[in-house]
Amino acid sequence: MSTVFIALQANEETRPIIEAIQIDNPKAIVNIEPAMVKIDAENFLIIKRETIEEQIGREYDLEELQINLISLSGNVNEDEDTLTLSWNN
Amino acid sequence: MDMKVKQKKLNKKEKYTVQTRDLGWEPTYQSKDKIFPYVEYEGIKIHDWDKWEDPFRLSMDSYWKYQAEKERKYYAILDSFAQTNGHLNLTSARYLSAIKIFQQAITPGEYAAHKGFARAGREFPGAGTQVACQMQSIDEIRHAQTQVHGVSNYNKYYNGFHDFTQQRDRIWYTSLARSFFDDATSAGPFEFMIAIGFSFEYVLTNLLFVPFMSGAAYNGDIASVTFGFSAQSDEARHMTLGLECIKFMLEQDPDNLPIVQGWIDKWFWRGIRLLSLVGSMMDYMLPKKVMSWKEAWQIYGVENGGALFNDLARYGIRPPKGWEDADKAMDHVSHQLMLGLHQWNFGTSFHTDVPTEEEMDWLSAKYPDTFDKYYRPRWNFMKEQAEKGKPFKNMGLPKLCQVCQSPGLYTEPDDPTMLCHRETVFENEKYQFCSDHCMDIFNNEPEKYVQAYLPMNQLFQAPLYGDLNAWMDWVSLRDGVDNGDYELSEDKKNFDKWRNDVKSNSVD
Amino acid sequence: MPIKSTKKYSVTPRDIQKNFNGKQLTYVSWDHHLLFSAPFILCLSPETQFSELVDEGILPTLQADPDLDKINWHEVTWLKANKPWVPDFSKSLADNGLVHKDQIRFHTPNLNTLCGTK
Repeated sequence: MSTVFIALQANEETRPIIEAIQIDNPKAIVNIEPAMVKIDAENFLIIKRETIEEQIGREYDLEELQINLISLSGNVNEDEDTLTLSWNN
Repeated sequence: MDMKVKQKKLNKKEKYTVQTRDLGWEPTYQSKDKIFPYVEYEGIKIHDWDKWEDPFRLSMDSYWKYQAEKERKYYAILDSFAQTNGHLNLTSARYLSAIKIFQQAITPGEYAAHKGFARAGREFPGAGTQVACQMQSIDEIRHAQTQVHGVSNYNKYYNGFHDFTQQRDRIWYTSLARSFFDDATSAGPFEFMIAIGFSFEYVLTNLLFVPFMSGAAYNGDIASVTFGFSAQSDEARHMTLGLECIKFMLEQDPDNLPIVQGWIDKWFWRGIRLLSLVGSMMDYMLPKKVMSWKEAWQIYGVENGGALFNDLARYGIRPPKGWEDADKAMDHVSHQLMLGLHQWNFGTSFHTDVPTEEEMDWLSAKYPDTFDKYYRPRWNFMKEQAEKGKPFKNMGLPKLCQVCQSPGLYTEPDDPTMLCHRETVFENEKYQFCSDHCMDIFNNEPEKYVQAYLPMNQLFQAPLYGDLNAWMDWVSLRDGVDNGDYELSEDKKNFDKWRNDVKSNSVD
Repeated sequence: MPIKSTKKYSVTPRDIQKNFNGKQLTYVSWDHHLLFSAPFILCLSPETQFSELVDEGILPTLQADPDLDKINWHEVTWLKANKPWVPDFSKSLADNGLVHKDQIRFHTPNLNTLCGTK
């Protein structure tokens, strides 16, 4: 098993996004660090547009993540509905 | 009556195709070989450029939109930093040594990367790759600029920031970074992608930016936190480009594997040597420490790199050859380099100090197997000498490694009491190295590295002929101002005074 | 391995002896003595006597090391290019076979004050 992760700036824009990620990835581990939140998951992590929209109460384009993204690890795949991170092992 | 037909909105994949690949065309009056003359000589075989795809599927219009948003956020914070004397919120002006090194060594690296990606974008035939390289090239110049802007607020008040462009070329410790980027930007386009896109951005960038930004956050440096975050928000895209590019090369032709593996071996080692500077910064220069260099390596090197190389194993890729030696050295490098920086601090455009007792206890807890045994005795000796009024300085100018250009201060992988000495002869000329891996890199392309500009060897040639005072002028170092111990510095005197002024209404 | 290039690639090394005004570089290190972080550079004429390299190059540079005064120069063993070597103190660097950018190391048995191997 390998860890994928996504790290986001800790701010008001990302708070509901982090909550959405927790809803869609209940086993993910959320590490709160200075000015940064790093979310680790085993092999696979999914971020869903719909869940974020439910959390923030407006339409959301996954590309908006770019603004608050710090780092990630894993193979990325993004379309309009989801962004996934995965390792093939 | 004409009914306006509602246009179907393109989905993301379609939009990406229309706005990247469809921008390319088949040339008619020039041959492809003439238009892209550098794409074959490295030996990499590509059969279908359309197989390359950006996994974020970011098109140029979205790119500009989000970059503009990042810039707005950045400059709003920078303005407020300047308006509220943000520099006085630092834990100590001693912290600024980290920023000085960053500005002198890393910021020019961003600029070099900008040039490199501009060239790679021109030299690769695939439209998807061209667009991604173009974005990254613009990102990199944005990073250089925002860093210079951010740091300019400190330059108004503190010493050592004044001549980083010249120092990048002339002073000695910056040559770790300069030679790294010179090497990458003078390589072919594919090697450049593995060097910067993959090894630096994917394998190592987290080790540079994440600890650096956390360090800035812990030490009250809002200006750097902000430029760090603003730059780092681009890094995820860069990392993804790097990983995509390596997978693309490996999928296109089995003959590419040994070439790519060789580059990974080389660039991992070059990167890890360069990052020793970050190690010393984390373990020694941050007044309020975040995590040790070794801990950062565990999280972002071992765990992350381990996952990555497991993933790439399906292509036949193995972890870089120097991995094990790098891992062993993590208990030592930050101490070895910092001891060097301190004893040569007459020649640094930043300040250093012997760590305090409290800091040494922290180092001892973080490095229980090595700090007290090997490094504390040397720091203690330096402290005693300073107390006796005979501060220890090393006037012996260091031998530099022909490849990584760091002083030969690293020890044998299995003996921390013995410096690592390696040498080779090429066309009747001797060359010295800091490690087996740097020597291997040389032996692979000796013609390239015999041209290396080693700052210490240059000092003994025209025009300086070994004159240290002339050298100080030449590298823009003001003796007693920019260099030396923090405790004795003007930076400390000013910072303490200004901080005191904040709390008092004294009229004198 | 020949370098990969699009055309003939010929270069002159940057640090050839000619650029040093007739002098040559010698790199010196004292094994198991890491108070001084790295091998240091001496830039001397090839005609310099080896004893001068020791007296005027090594001794002043390494003065701060508390072991320096304890060295018994008759017991010191030397390496050149990482191989055992016996210098003749009364002969010149050139006559001792030292070439430009050679690395010499000296080893002092029983002395290792600051390396944690006491």
